[in-house]
Amino acid sequence: MSSSRVVITGFGAITPLGLTATDMWAALCAGRVGIDRISAFDPVGFDCQLAGQVPEYKIRDYVPKSHRKATKLMSRDIELAVVAAREAFVHAGLVTKGIDPENININPERTAINVGAGLISCDLVELAPAVAASITDGKFDIHKWGKEGLELVTPLWLLKYLPNMLACHVGIIHDLQGPSNTITCAEAAAHLAMAEAAQTIARGSSDVALAGGAEAKVNPIVMIRQCLLKRTTSENNDAPTSACRPFDADAKGSVFGEAAGLVILEDLDHAARRGAKVYAEVVGFGQSNNINPAYEHLEPDGKGIRIAIEKALAEARIGPEDLDLIIPHGTGIPADDRAEAGAIEAALGEAAAKIPVWPTKSMLSNTGAAAGALDVVAAVCAMNDGKIPAAKNCDRKAEACNLNIVNQPQEANIRHALCCSYSYGGQTAAVILRKTD
Amino acid sequence: MAERVVITGMGIVCPLGNDVQTLWQAILAGKSGVAKTTVFDASTFPTTFDAEVKDYDLAEYTKNPKLHKDSNRGSAFVVGAAVQACRQAGIDVETTEPADGIDRGRLGIYLGAGEGSVDNDVFFAAIVEGWDTEKNEMDWGRWAKVAFARMDAMRELEQEPNMPAAHIAILTGARGPTRSCLTACAASTQAVGEATMMIRRGDADVMIAGGAHSMIHPLGLTGFNRLTALSTRNDSPQTASRPFTASRDGFILGEGAAVVILESLTSARKRGVEILSEVIGYGSSADAFRVTDMHEEGRGAIQAMTAALADAGISYKDVDYINTHGTSTAENDLIETKAIKAVFKEEAKSTPASSVKSMLGHLIGAAGAAELITCVLAIRDNIVPPTMNLIDPDPQLDLDYVPNEPRKMPVNVVMNESFGFGGQNNVVIIRRFS
Repeated sequence: MSSSRVVITGFGAITPLGLTATDMWAALCAGRVGIDRISAFDPVGFDCQLAGQVPEYKIRDYVPKSHRKATKLMSRDIELAVVAAREAFVHAGLVTKGIDPENININPERTAINVGAGLISCDLVELAPAVAASITDGKFDIHKWGKEGLELVTPLWLLKYLPNMLACHVGIIHDLQGPSNTITCAEAAAHLAMAEAAQTIARGSSDVALAGGAEAKVNPIVMIRQCLLKRTTSENNDAPTSACRPFDADAKGSVFGEAAGLVILEDLDHAARRGAKVYAEVVGFGQSNNINPAYEHLEPDGKGIRIAIEKALAEARIGPEDLDLIIPHGTGIPADDRAEAGAIEAALGEAAAKIPVWPTKSMLSNTGAAAGALDVVAAVCAMNDGKIPAAKNCDRKAEACNLNIVNQPQEANIRHALCCSYSYGGQTAAVILRKTD
Repeated sequence: MAERVVITGMGIVCPLGNDVQTLWQAILAGKSGVAKTTVFDASTFPTTFDAEVKDYDLAEYTKNPKLHKDSNRGSAFVVGAAVQACRQAGIDVETTEPADGIDRGRLGIYLGAGEGSVDNDVFFAAIVEGWDTEKNEMDWGRWAKVAFARMDAMRELEQEPNMPAAHIAILTGARGPTRSCLTACAASTQAVGEATMMIRRGDADVMIAGGAHSMIHPLGLTGFNRLTALSTRNDSPQTASRPFTASRDGFILGEGAAVVILESLTSARKRGVEILSEVIGYGSSADAFRVTDMHEEGRGAIQAMTAALADAGISYKDVDYINTHGTSTAENDLIETKAIKAVFKEEAKSTPASSVKSMLGHLIGAAGAAELITCVLAIRDNIVPPTMNLIDPDPQLDLDYVPNEPRKMPVNVVMNESFGFGGQNNVVIIRRFS
């Protein structure tokens, strides 16, 4: 980030709290919870039957006519990214081919895209008839599959499930020909994608970049994976709104969901030349690794998160006392929240007990590769509105958590905000935003 | 002044051998890594052959094989490739007290890595149990009963595409910037390119970069067969990968892992390690054209090549050898040829451009890094690897593809190209270090 300054000039989000970033921010301020019993499939037999699901939408409303046919090749992860991308461009005042081909004001070759994406699990209902045609004596028969079942799989099936297809569909719709990447670092993916996109701008490879993440975790395979890893709460199925409890003494695990969050990152001079409104400057990124053979959890002392926060502060050239808001990863998984709280304290020292900490997953659910992007959008909204909404479901802080979790909404002049994230597996990330004057 | 970035270690686990020397001997001998599929029973599939890693033993590379026991194939392969590369670069592994002079906070990882296979037996069994053929709907209760009883938490977790990098972190103690990307067949070239940028900017001194992937599993083969992207030359697997020929009929699904150690020149000199090559240029672009096809004129490929040349500060005239993406599909080989002509102009026909996929198969996410290793060796030995099976030239394709025989010639600058489904284009340029 040495050469040029990178700012946020627009954002979009589709979340369990609504179809736009505006909806999301209003709901967060109102303390609304987007978690409910799963309706995408019948979750009977699942330990956790809750999820954060996006309200109904029609994908056709979000794509230009020329791309309508291609919506058949969109898994839900791709759809969510397409919806949020459109909002982000419009919000930033950028006119792309997909928005109005007569009045394009971007340079396609100088516009990058970098999307954090998850492992897209296939639609089992779509695949089932092919499997059913491949049964011998009540069992799946690979010989029959190769001869008969396979023919029943739709020809372009694979293209729905390649993680880079989020960026490809969005790039095709809006004609983005610059550097394009897809970061697959689970729940740290969106922050890492933003870091890389900012760096493509800083090094002069692009002027504008669409960056963030999207993932649709409300799929039986994804949900069962989280259940088997004991990352979900299984005790709160009757109480969806109080189920996900980051940093709370009664936390029992996380609740997963679906969303997309994308921001427009832009070279400051480029934004100034076109008179764009600047919502925040991204001044520091930190990245590291959690090293824990128990891959599904953060290491107990949260060292990988601590290092990421320290690096981000160093890059931003600020001290811990300069932070006015922290949005932690805070999943509601007790061991991970404990480790993260410890890491924040270790990185920030005495300041950690004072800075307002506002976890969002109690309302938004844990949306995987989208999660970090939603937090950045929320932080930018908090900065621009000058307020921090109340944290939800942290009624009694967990023992050993000394963070200042905000239980009441508060007016705040937020000059610097920190967001952090980590993945099962190990990657960690921290982002620092600065309010622009 | 940005840091110069050099390569100080290489490691590979691939269909042509499980170390760099074996791979190179096989390539110079024009051997094929392609054979009948053995990972699972593919005998009734449209394609019954592939390019598999053979005789790989994880225990040769780690004191703690238990830490990697549930790995997907890609993660398992990348452990071997990373350990080889670290050994060559003098990076200590599996120790809490490394004495290699590298600050762990400045040692990062960047992989172009793929997802692992679903847990096949239970994946299909649960669908069989849950699907109600009369109602044409899933009984999720029945599905969940089988799935909860038989799916294993760690085997599920290990399918995630960020896991190969996690295994390298455990091995090396790396605490620097770590990312995984998955831009289809261009992923590991992108990983090497972006990792190079991290070192140039000063975010890390050393990056363990490369790729790991195996799509050799029933759903992977199904997906590519349905796309009709694979060769179906079942009667002659070893000649099936025939890039740039008139009779090419698709690529050959391969698997493996390849890792290079990228290091700032300052760090490499301070540690006194051998420098194998220098990474001088990187370009990335998107076709933004169609999900299913490459842009007809290779617009994105041209932009990535041009950007890489500009980044390197050299002219196309300076490139001695192009290591093509060369997949052996009708579309890629034609469009890549057009793009090379557009960028290399009058030099296009006289710049050797070969495809090692003719021997290695297509390692998907790991392809670019595996091929980069052959580029480093081409410079080291002044030999250009051949395009094998070039038996019936396509009259439309008229570049110098180095047919069927390696060529001894001075090689100082090499361009490595990778293009992926959806229109992902990544190009890296390396140069003999001096």
